[in-house]
Amino acid sequence: MSNRMFRKLVAAWSAMIAGLAVAPFARADWEVNMPRGVTAISEEVYGLHMLIFGICCLIAVVVFGAMIYSIMRHRKSLGVQPAKFSHSTKAEIIWTTIPILILIGMAVPAADTLIRMEDTRGSDLSIKVTGYQWKWRYEYIDEGFGFFSNLAPEHNRARQLGSGIDPASLDNYLLEVDNPLVVPVGAKVRLLLTAADVIHAWWVPDFGGKKDAIPGYVNEFWFKPETPGIYRGQCAELCGRDHGFMPVVVHVLPQDEYQAWLAEQTAGVSIQPAVLTTQSDAPVVATAADVAPAEWTLEHAMAEGETLYNANCAACHQPNGQGMPPAFPPIAGSAVATGDVAAHIDVAVHGKPGTAMAAFGPQLSDDALAAIVTYQRNAFGNDTGDLVTPDQIAAVR
Amino acid sequence: MSTAAATHDHHEHHPTGIVRWLTTTNHKDIGTLYLVFSLTMFLVGGAMALVIRAELFQPGLQLVDPGFFNQMTTMHALIMVFGAIMPAFVGLANWMVPLMIGAPDMALPRLNNWSFWILPMAFTLLGMTLLFPGGSPAAGWTMYPPLVLQTGDAFPFLIFAVHLMGISSILGAINIIVTIMNMRAPGMGLLKMPLFVWSWLITAYLLILVMPVLAGAVTMLLTDKYFGTSFFQAAGGGDPVMFQHIFWFFGHPEVYIMILPAFGVISQIIPTFSRKPLFGYDSMVYATASIAFLSFIVWAHHMFTVGMPLAGQLFFMFATMLIAVPTGVKVFNWVATMWKGSMTFETPMLFALAFVFLFTIGGFSGLMLAIAPADLQYHDTYFVVAHFHYVLVPGAAFAIMAAVYYWLPKWTGHMYNEKLGKLHFWLSAISVNLTFFPQHFVGLAGMPRRIPDYSTQFADFNMISSIGAFAFGLSQLILVYIVWSCARGGQKATAQVWDGAEGLEWTVPSPAPHHTFDVPPVVK
Repeated sequence: MSNRMFRKLVAAWSAMIAGLAVAPFARADWEVNMPRGVTAISEEVYGLHMLIFGICCLIAVVVFGAMIYSIMRHRKSLGVQPAKFSHSTKAEIIWTTIPILILIGMAVPAADTLIRMEDTRGSDLSIKVTGYQWKWRYEYIDEGFGFFSNLAPEHNRARQLGSGIDPASLDNYLLEVDNPLVVPVGAKVRLLLTAADVIHAWWVPDFGGKKDAIPGYVNEFWFKPETPGIYRGQCAELCGRDHGFMPVVVHVLPQDEYQAWLAEQTAGVSIQPAVLTTQSDAPVVATAADVAPAEWTLEHAMAEGETLYNANCAACHQPNGQGMPPAFPPIAGSAVATGDVAAHIDVAVHGKPGTAMAAFGPQLSDDALAAIVTYQRNAFGNDTGDLVTPDQIAAVR
Repeated sequence: MSTAAATHDHHEHHPTGIVRWLTTTNHKDIGTLYLVFSLTMFLVGGAMALVIRAELFQPGLQLVDPGFFNQMTTMHALIMVFGAIMPAFVGLANWMVPLMIGAPDMALPRLNNWSFWILPMAFTLLGMTLLFPGGSPAAGWTMYPPLVLQTGDAFPFLIFAVHLMGISSILGAINIIVTIMNMRAPGMGLLKMPLFVWSWLITAYLLILVMPVLAGAVTMLLTDKYFGTSFFQAAGGGDPVMFQHIFWFFGHPEVYIMILPAFGVISQIIPTFSRKPLFGYDSMVYATASIAFLSFIVWAHHMFTVGMPLAGQLFFMFATMLIAVPTGVKVFNWVATMWKGSMTFETPMLFALAFVFLFTIGGFSGLMLAIAPADLQYHDTYFVVAHFHYVLVPGAAFAIMAAVYYWLPKWTGHMYNEKLGKLHFWLSAISVNLTFFPQHFVGLAGMPRRIPDYSTQFADFNMISSIGAFAFGLSQLILVYIVWSCARGGQKATAQVWDGAEGLEWTVPSPAPHHTFDVPPVVK
């Protein structure tokens, strides 16, 4: 390589580095550390993290300091003659023993915190959390109700490939859901975690940790939030295509507001949490509005079905029904959606084992499934004219 | 060597061209094949990393579908682990172990040919899935069920590719062990072997012990998918977590398979350029053996979030922390080797010094990850991504580059272009930090790994990381140019090459003749 080329290369790299220095960085909050969080455990974990980080920094100063000193002073260009020594039993004993002592110093507080984290006794509230591809379901075991929690619709629109929507135009991009988990402040909340399809992990950094939701397992995780507020996290275990799009949002409410919210839920007035007033456009996702059979018209089912399809099916089968073959087959013109109605219902209710097609029977109401299947059989040019009724769904459950 | 050359005539009928490379049983040829293959895979896997970093340059999805993004993260990891890092070290072993122990060749030359040529087949199987309608495997290189069972037509190709990689590794490892155990020059006792040979001996045992475990695990995946078994499917009474235990019983020793030979390389290079014998040779050997032993009893620290019993978590936390002791001994010994030496800073030494600094940073984050309660925060975030890239890129990959610069004159007979080598080093060292250091920050701030899009709060550090990644990727083209031009010509290298170099490999001419040590040297 000629000298000229060499200089050109250097110039190109310098320009790149300079460009970096002036690039507009306006979006992020430049957070560089773990949050302290809002539970006693999260504070402890933060303390451990900082302690061990501090110890590592001290060791780094000693080791790197010795190395840098040696690099500066013990170089041939300074005319140094190399020493001949090649071992020192004393030094080796010292630098084996001291690290062991340091490690013991770290292990004791770490074990102490771990033991406290694993103590799930004496909880005030138990919530069953089920991971699905790609949403969460929360069930308040003692109160007997539950709901799904999806990525909020406007975020879902913005995150589509080439949506043209600037993520910065949304608050908490990708960290907003339609129905958040709601818990009272100061209560020891115990989560019972499992999953319906693949492994997920439930994580809110402010609560001090995460736990896997595994099919066939019920894992326990607990947190006791000390401050009311909205806390956000995400699924933390790779769970397929939309792993990045199943956030966790927890609203921690003062006791009285929580009781009011709870009363609303258990009264059956609405499955939408009251705190959702900030998101008035969030649709009802998990259930279609219940209607008398007489009103179950093609028009009604299609309208309900479109909303439900976009919330539950479109991630894989796409809003235009074209799917992403072969992993996610198209609905448009498919043999299932234009053929035998019973077979179509069967796939929707029971899923297709060995594929990503989940069983939606346990997730959605009869009305909702009837609306979705009707929509699939009439949208995208399928035009079968079939109207599927909730009774047909109920019959195969 | 003139007496040795005279006896060479009967060897000179080897074929030329492509047939030479297909049929070669010469350890130097096979070493070259491994290294060229590894470099190719390094560039392919690197290109995939750049797809990942391009998508993560800013929030929002601009370039690729999330499914394809997952294919890229999965393939990047498989290619880098099994196609770039491991074959590079096997290539170095092929070239250097016989030269360092005074053996004429590897003990099992035909097996050696086969263990290499299996690799291109394995990666053809794996790579062709990119063209499949359903794309490549996308469940991560860890292949966790049940997710991996959702893989489409690529699934059996993934499994068979992993089987082939495993067979290749096992055969290579057997060869290395047999060679080291039986073919050392007279007088070279075990505790006189160069550290690179020692670390490969231990690595080869790790390979033989764990690759069959991986093969078993993926075979069970295969039967779960196609033959109705339920090893890992909860619906059939199976246990998805059992796969993780089996995988990481392979996976953690695998981590050391990728780093112990790097320790060996660094232990050769630092004494050479410090002009001073390695400090604490015996303790280096014992530390390497300790790390290898401990690697078998720490696997579940990859699984602190799966809901293990408290006693299990405590055991794996304590055992993992112990690894810091022998690893620390190695770092202290390297520093003590430099201490009061007479150092010069040619490219191999620069890479070796960067290795010590940056691998140690990866070691610190590793120690932090060992702390189970804190790991519940770090787990599956970019903090982990930063950690293992620090030990694998400025760790293992820098050690490989150091080794290439160190031995290239011996292989080609020419000195490489030192000025370009230094340029390559500085660009790599700066850009690798630019790439991976900010990932600590976003990880701690809450960004999970393996996501194609992220909340805007992580935007700036991701942008920096992407710029660093492209700079690092492009810098590697300089390495390709240096190696290519060094192979074609340049200043003649002496047999000794480096004035502080010691060992049998420096007693043969540069380039090393096709056949060396027909008559074993005597080591005093």
